[in-house]
Amino acid sequence: MLLDRTRQSLVAAALSAGLLFARDGIASGRAAAFVANPAWQAECGSCHVAYPPRLLPAASWRALMDDLERHFGTDASVDPAAAAAIRAFLEANAGPPRSADDAATLRITQTRWFVREHRDVPARAWRNPSVRSAANCAACHRSAEAGRFGEHDVRIPQ
Amino acid sequence: MVEMQAVRSAVAAAALLAAFAAGAATPADIAKTYEADARQASPQFGGFSAARGKAFFEVTHGGDWSCASCHTRDPLVAGRHAKTSKPIRPLAPAANPERFTSLAQAEKWFKRNCNDVLNRACTAQEKGDVLAYLMQLGR
Repeated sequence: MLLDRTRQSLVAAALSAGLLFARDGIASGRAAAFVANPAWQAECGSCHVAYPPRLLPAASWRALMDDLERHFGTDASVDPAAAAAIRAFLEANAGPPRSADDAATLRITQTRWFVREHRDVPARAWRNPSVRSAANCAACHRSAEAGRFGEHDVRIPQ
Repeated sequence: MVEMQAVRSAVAAAALLAAFAAGAATPADIAKTYEADARQASPQFGGFSAARGKAFFEVTHGGDWSCASCHTRDPLVAGRHAKTSKPIRPLAPAANPERFTSLAQAEKWFKRNCNDVLNRACTAQEKGDVLAYLMQLGR
């Protein structure tokens, strides 16, 4: 009886741990394949890292694509053919809406997932002149340009 | 007389446009396109000026940014996006042979960045002046 209980607890613990790792897999880069699209890489990766589509839900990507001329204060407009290709790519590879708040957000850095993943980053790191902005993934995630954001490739500038 | 000149320029511009939209160009080709556009816009067109282009490139035009905010005052070196810090390869053709080899690309970036810096489209005169400035760097 005791052995069964122990086994049950162990299985439950293993399952929980497995779930935790599965959730973190979105950032590990190992679990999630790097999806790419030439138009997306060229247009969405020219002013910042091309943020992986899985980081926002489809509704957020649609809202962003609907207003590219006012893209966080700049004009990011794209010709109609490229826009259609990029829109389709983003919607096809978007992440699930994780919460009601996230469904509306257009800023990856404001999603609860992002905030949680970066809760251990010291405040001074964000102020470091070589970082400057949480949108500047590549400042710490050295393989960001290749779509890899795993912990093992992170160097926070001192 | 002036009308024939305008028509000729328009035809030339259209032909050039068709050619370049299809594929590769040189900075000089693109400059010719802007020259044709500028002539059409103003019969008083007096040519492009690298000095004017440099001045235009470096001022903020009433907003927060100048062209130099991202592309630096030395377009022979790499720049950085003023907001995201993303590295930007040099803008001067002498330092980066890919620059101004596609009219479509040039027009795309002029559209976006002139909206950002000036809150309007750049005129053909302005584009030509800037291109004249960039083309003579490092030469």
